Amino acid sequence: MRFVDEYRDADKAQALATQIAALCEPGRQYKFMEVCGGHTHTIYKHGIEDYLPENVSLVHGPGCPVCVIPMGRVDDAIAIAHEPGVIMTSFGDMMRVPGGNGSFLDAKAAGADIRMVYSPLDALKIARTNPDRRVVFMAIGFETTSPSTAMTVLRAAAEGIDNFSVFCNHVTILPAIKAILDSPDLRLDGFLGPGHVSTVIGCRPYEFIARDHGKPLVCAGFEPLDLLQSVFMLLKQLTEGRCEVENQYTRVVPWEGNLRALEAIGQVMQLRPYFEWRGLGFISHSALRMRDEYATYDAEQIFEVPGVRVADPKACQCGEVLKGVLKPWECKVFGTACTPETPIGTCMVSSEGACAAYYNFGRFTRQRLTEAARA
Amino acid sequence: MCLGIPGEIVEIKAGRDDLAIVDVVGVRRAINIGLLGADRIDIGDWVLVHVGFAMSKIDEAEAAATLALLTGLGQAYTDELQALAESDIS
Amino acid sequence: MTTERTAEWAERAVAEAEAATDHESGRMSPEEQVLKRIERARRRAPKIRESRITLAHGAGGKATHSLIEGLFVAAFRNPTLEALDDAAVLSVGTGRLAFTTDSYVVSPLFFPGGDIGDLAVNGTVNDLAVSGARPLYLSAGFILEEGFPVADLRRITASMAAAAARAGVQVVTGDTKVVQRGKADGCYINTAGVGVLERPVSLGMAHIRPGDAIVVSGPIGDHGVTVMLARGELDIAADLASDTAALPGLVDVLLDAAPGVRLLRDATRGGVATILNEVAQAAQVAVVVDESAVPVRSAVTGACELLGIDPLYVACEGRLVAVVDGAQAEVAVAALRGHPLGDGAAVIGRVAADPPGMVLLRTAFGGTRVVDMLVGDPLPRIC
Repeated sequence: MRFVDEYRDADKAQALATQIAALCEPGRQYKFMEVCGGHTHTIYKHGIEDYLPENVSLVHGPGCPVCVIPMGRVDDAIAIAHEPGVIMTSFGDMMRVPGGNGSFLDAKAAGADIRMVYSPLDALKIARTNPDRRVVFMAIGFETTSPSTAMTVLRAAAEGIDNFSVFCNHVTILPAIKAILDSPDLRLDGFLGPGHVSTVIGCRPYEFIARDHGKPLVCAGFEPLDLLQSVFMLLKQLTEGRCEVENQYTRVVPWEGNLRALEAIGQVMQLRPYFEWRGLGFISHSALRMRDEYATYDAEQIFEVPGVRVADPKACQCGEVLKGVLKPWECKVFGTACTPETPIGTCMVSSEGACAAYYNFGRFTRQRLTEAARA
Repeated sequence: MCLGIPGEIVEIKAGRDDLAIVDVVGVRRAINIGLLGADRIDIGDWVLVHVGFAMSKIDEAEAAATLALLTGLGQAYTDELQALAESDIS
Repeated sequence: MTTERTAEWAERAVAEAEAATDHESGRMSPEEQVLKRIERARRRAPKIRESRITLAHGAGGKATHSLIEGLFVAAFRNPTLEALDDAAVLSVGTGRLAFTTDSYVVSPLFFPGGDIGDLAVNGTVNDLAVSGARPLYLSAGFILEEGFPVADLRRITASMAAAAARAGVQVVTGDTKVVQRGKADGCYINTAGVGVLERPVSLGMAHIRPGDAIVVSGPIGDHGVTVMLARGELDIAADLASDTAALPGLVDVLLDAAPGVRLLRDATRGGVATILNEVAQAAQVAVVVDESAVPVRSAVTGACELLGIDPLYVACEGRLVAVVDGAQAEVAVAALRGHPLGDGAAVIGRVAADPPGMVLLRTAFGGTRVVDMLVGDPLPRIC
């Protein structure tokens, strides 16, 4: 695959690994957070950590849109799905995310009509072909995904489709990064910036991270060499005493972002005063809701939504794990009440979550795995 | 957080300038290119696809520059190895 | 949000876990204690936690295992069943028979490369063949929805007859039920099959040892991706066809050439990754797969990249996974490649001693990752 395979070359990786190792001061620990769940996936899928020296570690950030959906919102969506005539649609990622009373898959088993779609446009198509049903799209995702939802609503309005609505759970990445930066016990040396979010918001909004918080950020692509190169760029900044926002993913990310996409978001959605993030609690101005002008497409206006907050059990310490303060096994419920089959906290929800990964594979050190695979 | 895949534009729908067909190694799907705004899209262009939308046009010159840089880092490494090998001999 | 409540299931889980905490392991570090706790939890007999069956219970992954072991094996327990092989091997008189059954509920019923009829014959025939048996007889049970077009049923039975002829088996008994419109999705088929074990070979997990090679008979994931795209919901088009095929002929050439075959499986739901996890766990060995050696067609790769799924978990319907004595790996591959159904055969990995129970992938990028068993179906993802 063009623009993919070239960035998965093992020889270039080996060369980069040597350069990375050469930049690391012996005895110093480096901790970089990859903000984006997609990066976590790439790191895991390709085994990127094998190329990093022992004193460089990657901390998985809050950028997994399904992992941060609070249980109460899942319950609300399921309540809507059980309303008469409703077809609930969402991405495959949503299907197993647990709420206070089970997941979409459980609700489907209990009789709700819940369908998986690849694109919000496919949800609109279901509305078009089922005029006697009420089709709701459970919208999730960061700024990469919210323009698509906005464009779909604009399309529905243009076509006059009135049996389509959006249950909006779009979140914004900057307040979450800020919440992490404001944590008093934060121990991070820099950030790998979310490349695909940046296609929309550009690189400029990250400047406060370098300027006000003294942490460098490199906006990174999603192939394994992109990530290694971004780690190299972060280390180079630290070595040279610089602290800047840099863009590694120049082939895809324009510095100024995508104005058309930002306009579409602004036309259809507006910031909520606050929103709950699973594991991080309430964060101001961190999510989007539908504008009043589009109330007829807003599932929260159309349906009676319970709106009951479901508290994460007090023993759950995902917030600390997300900030890199606690190791997964230091959490009180890890491995007992909270397991991959019955995830309580956000870090256990997705298989790449810090806790799920540790639960499954933590008992074998990376060194033991690597030696076994290479033997 | 967001799966984005490069695809090649192989067709732009007549009468719907926001619709195009992309090809990802032989797999095809109609996508919306309405978010690309001012960028002119032609057949043969590559775009980043996310949930059925083209999010940005891939800049081929920048892609080549990144690769050249990575190759350069690799070359520096090879040179170093060679220098090391030569110093061993001497 | 005016009110607040707690998630009962989560609070209960926390309380139960606290009550069960043991205080005996005082000398271990906190991390060791946690790891020990996880090990204990893993060894616990699988339990079905859900109050209703979900689609995940039918996907072949962890949820299916918990259903089979926690409910079915518990209810019907006997030594033959407990082997949980693709077919049960039964001693009858002086001979040995293999017996198996499978139900087919594919949607859509017709897809590029085949239909539910081919699947219903090939799937059951393959379960017999990978047990080392020569398939002989099938039963066919039809559950039809009121209103189902007879023309479609004629088409399905015609492809069943053709598939049976190709596989050298006869459909010798059957059953028909019709259910009210809306109570089924057109046509479901159950087939059971009987075969005879004529070869002196003994196949099974117990024979697997470090040094063995892992072989697949051709490109993986064709069937699963073809059917996923044929449903039309994803609006994705690709030039792909199901790999559905009867494998007895291929098994014959393999067993003739390589007596050191330890185990055969057909990689259906759950894909190659699930089989390898079953191997690693049952034989308490490590399986190390070389990603760049795994044959995958480019259109399957493209669809998987687009949908964010891993071809290792995608179903095949005409592919063998063989564990072979490492010394015979090349002979086995050559034999498979000599057969039209095995021309894409390749060694994809090997069995190692450590770490037991794990499947590791050496990635094409040069890294290492663990290939775990999925809970349910691989779902398309956006993140």
